[in-house]
Amino acid sequence: MLGRTAASLFWMSRYQERAQNITRLMEVAYRGAIMAYDGQAEGHHWQFALACSGAETGYHEKHDELHSRHVTNYMVFSKDNPISIRNCLELTRNNARAVRTGITAELWEAINTTWIEFCDTSPQSVTQEKLPDFLAWLAQRSHLFRGALLNTVLRDDGYYFSQMGTFVERADNTARILDNQYWVLLPDNEIIEDGSSERYQWSAILRALSGRRSYRFAYPNAQLKAFNIAEFLILRREMPRSLAYCYDWLADTAEDLGHFYGSREPSLDLAADVFKDLKEKQMRDIYQEGLHDFLIDFIGKNNQFAHQLCEDYNFA
Amino acid sequence: MSDSSGFFNEMLEQDGSPRAPYSRIANWLKDKPNSFLSKKSRDAETIFRRLGITFAVYGAEAATERLIPFDPIPRIISASEWRRLSAGIDQRVRALNAFLHDIYHRQEIIRAGRIPADLILQNEAFLPEMAGFTPARKVYSHIIGTDLVRVSENEFYVLEDNTRTPSGVSYMMENRETMMRLFPELFQTHNVAPVERYPENLRQTLESVAPDPAKSEQTIVVLTPGIYNSAYFEHAFLADSMGVELVEGRDLFVDAGKVFMRTTRAPKQVDVIYRRIDDAFLDPLTFNPDSMLGVPGLFDAYRAGNVTICNAPGTGIADDKAIYAYVPDIIEFYTGQKPILNNVPTWNCSREDDLAYVLDNLAEIVVKEVHGSGGYGMLIGPTASKREIAEFRKILENNPSNYIAQPTLALSACPTHVASGIAPRHVDLRPFVLIGDQVRITPGGLTRVALKKGSLVVNSSQGGGTKDTWVLED
Repeated sequence: MLGRTAASLFWMSRYQERAQNITRLMEVAYRGAIMAYDGQAEGHHWQFALACSGAETGYHEKHDELHSRHVTNYMVFSKDNPISIRNCLELTRNNARAVRTGITAELWEAINTTWIEFCDTSPQSVTQEKLPDFLAWLAQRSHLFRGALLNTVLRDDGYYFSQMGTFVERADNTARILDNQYWVLLPDNEIIEDGSSERYQWSAILRALSGRRSYRFAYPNAQLKAFNIAEFLILRREMPRSLAYCYDWLADTAEDLGHFYGSREPSLDLAADVFKDLKEKQMRDIYQEGLHDFLIDFIGKNNQFAHQLCEDYNFA
Repeated sequence: MSDSSGFFNEMLEQDGSPRAPYSRIANWLKDKPNSFLSKKSRDAETIFRRLGITFAVYGAEAATERLIPFDPIPRIISASEWRRLSAGIDQRVRALNAFLHDIYHRQEIIRAGRIPADLILQNEAFLPEMAGFTPARKVYSHIIGTDLVRVSENEFYVLEDNTRTPSGVSYMMENRETMMRLFPELFQTHNVAPVERYPENLRQTLESVAPDPAKSEQTIVVLTPGIYNSAYFEHAFLADSMGVELVEGRDLFVDAGKVFMRTTRAPKQVDVIYRRIDDAFLDPLTFNPDSMLGVPGLFDAYRAGNVTICNAPGTGIADDKAIYAYVPDIIEFYTGQKPILNNVPTWNCSREDDLAYVLDNLAEIVVKEVHGSGGYGMLIGPTASKREIAEFRKILENNPSNYIAQPTLALSACPTHVASGIAPRHVDLRPFVLIGDQVRITPGGLTRVALKKGSLVVNSSQGGGTKDTWVLED
């Protein structure tokens, strides 16, 4: 396989995952903004979506106020925002086009149709009332992408590279959301009254990571506690967006890739090391180390893994 | 539907009865309401859009990718018509390859006084770098698309020999796929020759011209300028259907006179490159130094015989519009036979007499830029305004040798689905030929149709559409 093909498959999946993550952040912000029972100004919720996705600075260069309409345009439709859903979908499609020969017709149709239908939607038509439906449609399209990938793509090197893209992006996204809100996840915040703003934020974090319902199953008493939420999103391997789950996949995929090529590269060992570390750690160790420091360190290692992968397999 | 306009109607005789190859289709169309074809057209469009069967239009902002309109009524060619066409094409492509070998070696045709030396040696498409080099099996142009038009029952003309990088073969194949999805019943009642063997034949052709054809596994690649190229869909389609890598220049490099591609593992040596980029961009060390599309050192590796480039650099001289007028002579010179297919009479504006005639008759004829393609830089006299003619006259007078002219031909018309129902629209035909260890002509081709009433412009970049082309078997 061409090094460039490997790179395109990696980035195709990464951008699709990013589009999905932004979609979910926007859902959470929208929900918060319309409920606003927690005493926070509406703008606060939009701020959450901007901050967690790293688009805050870019947004404020263009707009002074946090206005739902402007945030929606910036995060969903803007060509100027490098991580807008529009740009992520376009980059997904461009990378997929570059490897038309390496992906299945089903996967291509899923990507291409999403892009065509997205382009057919005028930003003006997506009013605030229609935003939830539009975001739900986008989320469904992400699931279709992933379903087509898992169900139709040959299990060869191309598949492994696209898996790597998904989970590197997902791990990064989860770590950033946690880090953005890390102070509400500190264990001193253990006792919280109903209706307090922290409680709302916990639930927003869980929603942003599609984990609200699964959390209730994972923790039998179902009480929202900072310690449990942090553990759930960092260390619990049954939670599909947790850091441990992402590295479970990455380490496995790295192993498969090593077998496929019959040789082990440094990136594969990096993935194994990060996973081993997460498997052995307890939440108490992480708090001891400092949650923020741990997350920053993790984001760095995740990046390092992606760079090493790119070097080992000649991504052009 | 009967046509009294004086154009040959592919489907109907003068008296309105169907011509033999169209008898079943005419019958089938008779009781179909217009809404039926409209629905089928929309279905086809959905298929094309979802599959991303698009082309890019240069300079068109926003709509960077467009669909080529697809017409659901096929163009049909009888077995006997096809036999004559393919014999003519076969003769023509062999002669053109012999011509290419000759002008890059002994130049007998110039010595014999059959073609003026200047016309070749001063031509931009002539590559002195190719002189004395012989590609594998002496084949220069491996993939050719011959543009044909029909003016009457028995008269076909060759409009153009596309010997560099003819495109459209993916549309030929996707049009057939689409027709089989839309109208399976028609394929049961017609004995249509399959086009699906094209990718396999292309692969065989490319393997047969590898530097060492005996090698058990040949590494073949399709070289594309990238996703923004107008024919990118086709490049991906061809690589995919042959099961080979689609590469860009940056994926290849030359080491010790051999060409390699950068893979996720060790570099892999490449034997044959089906390139879809122009000569000038192939190798910045030999040709255009600013080009980022090509591969530094590629031309040396080629001349050392370590890789085959298809089509060979320098083949453009064979489809140059100024050379076109000489193709009948070329055929006679190298085959000793009369051409089976006619050329369109052509005035070469570099000749004084010809230029004078052209300037006097601008309103009746078609003037084309020698190096132009895709319907750009041309004048169609009969449909041009006085102002357009006046402006073109100035351009032509300034640089006459850059132009040729031809009479406007009464292109045949084929029944086509339009808003008001079915109406005749002008068509041309591009069959595809492969030349390697043998000449392989795919029975069919790309039929392009001018969708505007009366228009003779069939180019997709100018709003033309396409149809499936059926060659019937006996």
